[in-house]
Amino acid sequence: MQEVIIATLVVGIIGLLIGVALVAVSKKFAVETDERVGLVRESLPGNNCGACGYAGCDAVAAAIVEGKAPVNACPVCNAEAVKKIGDIMGVQAEAAERKVAYVHCAGTCDKTSVRCNYVGIHDCRAAVLAGISVWECDYGCLGFGSCAEACKFGALRVENGVAIVDETKCAGCGKCAKACPKGLIELVPADKKIAVRCASHDRGPAVKKACTAGCLGCGICAKQCEHEAITVDGNLAHVDYTKCVGCGKCAEKCPVKVIEMV
Amino acid sequence: MFKKTFKGGVHPDDGKRYAKDASYRAYLPQGELVFPMSQHIGKPAKPLVKKGDTVLAGQLIGEADGFVSANIVSSCSGTVKAVENRRTASGAKVMSVVIENDGQYTLAEGIGVERDYKMLGKEEILGSIQKAGIVGMGGAGFPVHVKLAPKNADEIRYIIANGAECEPYITCDDQLMRTKSMELAEGMRILLKLFPAAEGVFLIEENKPEAIAAMEKACAGDEKLKVHAAKCKYPQGGERSIIQVIAGIDLKLGMLPADAGCVVDNVATIYAIYQAVCKSIPLMERGFTVSGDVVKEPCNLIVKIGTNMAEVLETAGGIRDGKEAEKYLSGGPMMGMALADLNVPICKNNNALTVLGEDPVAKAEQQETACLRCGRCTRVCPLGLSPQEMMDAAKRRRFVRYEKKLYGLECIACGSCTYVCPAKRPLMQTFKQTKAEIMAKKRAAQAQQGGAKK
Repeated sequence: MQEVIIATLVVGIIGLLIGVALVAVSKKFAVETDERVGLVRESLPGNNCGACGYAGCDAVAAAIVEGKAPVNACPVCNAEAVKKIGDIMGVQAEAAERKVAYVHCAGTCDKTSVRCNYVGIHDCRAAVLAGISVWECDYGCLGFGSCAEACKFGALRVENGVAIVDETKCAGCGKCAKACPKGLIELVPADKKIAVRCASHDRGPAVKKACTAGCLGCGICAKQCEHEAITVDGNLAHVDYTKCVGCGKCAEKCPVKVIEMV
Repeated sequence: MFKKTFKGGVHPDDGKRYAKDASYRAYLPQGELVFPMSQHIGKPAKPLVKKGDTVLAGQLIGEADGFVSANIVSSCSGTVKAVENRRTASGAKVMSVVIENDGQYTLAEGIGVERDYKMLGKEEILGSIQKAGIVGMGGAGFPVHVKLAPKNADEIRYIIANGAECEPYITCDDQLMRTKSMELAEGMRILLKLFPAAEGVFLIEENKPEAIAAMEKACAGDEKLKVHAAKCKYPQGGERSIIQVIAGIDLKLGMLPADAGCVVDNVATIYAIYQAVCKSIPLMERGFTVSGDVVKEPCNLIVKIGTNMAEVLETAGGIRDGKEAEKYLSGGPMMGMALADLNVPICKNNNALTVLGEDPVAKAEQQETACLRCGRCTRVCPLGLSPQEMMDAAKRRRFVRYEKKLYGLECIACGSCTYVCPAKRPLMQTFKQTKAEIMAKKRAAQAQQGGAKK
């Protein structure tokens, strides 16, 4: 019995002494941190997606407090979170416009045809190295899902040969756009009303041959637009969202219905 | 007998039995010929002709854009049908001159004039090589006039003619050495004129005894020319492997062949040099093997550059009756590129069309399992890399480790590791992809830096 008491006492006293020493040392050598870092960090989403360009949410929180990054540096934050961070930092801040990923391709399995039987690594970035597009169209989505793999929010999936974005889940971090070897994914304003679902720069007849859902570059949309928001460059229509009012006239007249109202 | 060889390497079925003894025959193409402006490493050539122009065989149709670039010469006479983007064997669409062949092959002025190389100076020889648009014809397509102008020209000890032809199925270099051995020896003497301190070595794999005998006969009596019969092992024809065998030097990271005192050229390139210097014939045709287990009459052809591949397969009799072609390859099965469609032109650096009845890659894909840690990939890598670790780093996208610790960018994509892997993992394919991604990142970073400076 005695041994038990002695052992308990020895361990207990050592623990107490070390505890006191730790408290004393931590008080004496305390590193002063800005408490705002913690607060800002809490307001951030915490996905560590890296879309801001920093190593993670901790890093960008520190950068915001040090003034190295703007208050709305996090592209994933919604307006509320940005306002909260603004309050912590004592500045007025407006959330950057919410952006979502958009896949410029509608060439599903039934609209375009397979050119070759691709054998190899099931990854878009490996498939483009083969030099040949698996599909008839040289510009379209390959459908191996490199974007879906890159997405940390589960907002992308490949359906019927084309990647599809779930806009409710998309945080606009842009990782998918970097992963896509064809450069099909663009970040567009979440409140967009018009979008061109094609990326082919081929001329009209070649596009028609390759895919029934391709932009022919006919330019009817550009003629319809009263706000000069839509331009045809390199046989492909492009929407300037700073000018687009979303009237939908272009989509109405598009002969191949590649311009869509969303 | 013990033979000096390089470390690593594999012994795939060489498949040479199909076309080995089919002697060269010339094939004259019909219809249109396509001349991509980029058949080499470096800047694409600038097209000199436009739609409707009449051209003669041997006429310059694409002018080299800068030093690291190569001239493109028409291989037939006819009219220019179009100057547009056409697909090549690599799959990319490249700006090309399309010529409607008139079937006459009328030569342009000055082609075929015999010259004595002994009367020519260094500059003249290099000039005529550059003018002829000769590129490395073994596959890489590096402009030869650049290769022949190293900074340390006096320190070059070996000019190596690469006749290893280690790639399975391909036999066109074998035929070239058997039939044009005298010309090859002359071609080598031309190069020795450029590098007086060097000796010329023909490196041939042991499985080509006829070629070795022919070359030995052609080189007899000239003490500066030698024939080296190398052990039959893939990738014997790789530049590093060759230098290891001949000069005994293991090229270190970032070293060029010239740093080891070597210049390595394919035998087909040497033949082209002979033609350009002694006969004033620019690079218009090359040896080409059509082979594979389902080809009716595997053959070795002398084809005009720009000939359509489908046409070439037709002249080889097409596919054997009752068989089906599963895979078309530009090149051989180890390093060749799979072709999605045969409607592509033969470029200066395409040496073969291989047609296989079954697709081993597709089969392997179904059998892929996890790494067994057997280490065979490391043992066979001719560069001494560690493919298993590289694969791990590539999968985790740890690119810095891949590049700086594992020297993954040194990979020559010979495919030896993939060939031996018992787990059937797509090693080489992954390395190719990773290399492309890292290079793309580097280019992007460079472009950004350049932009910032401006």
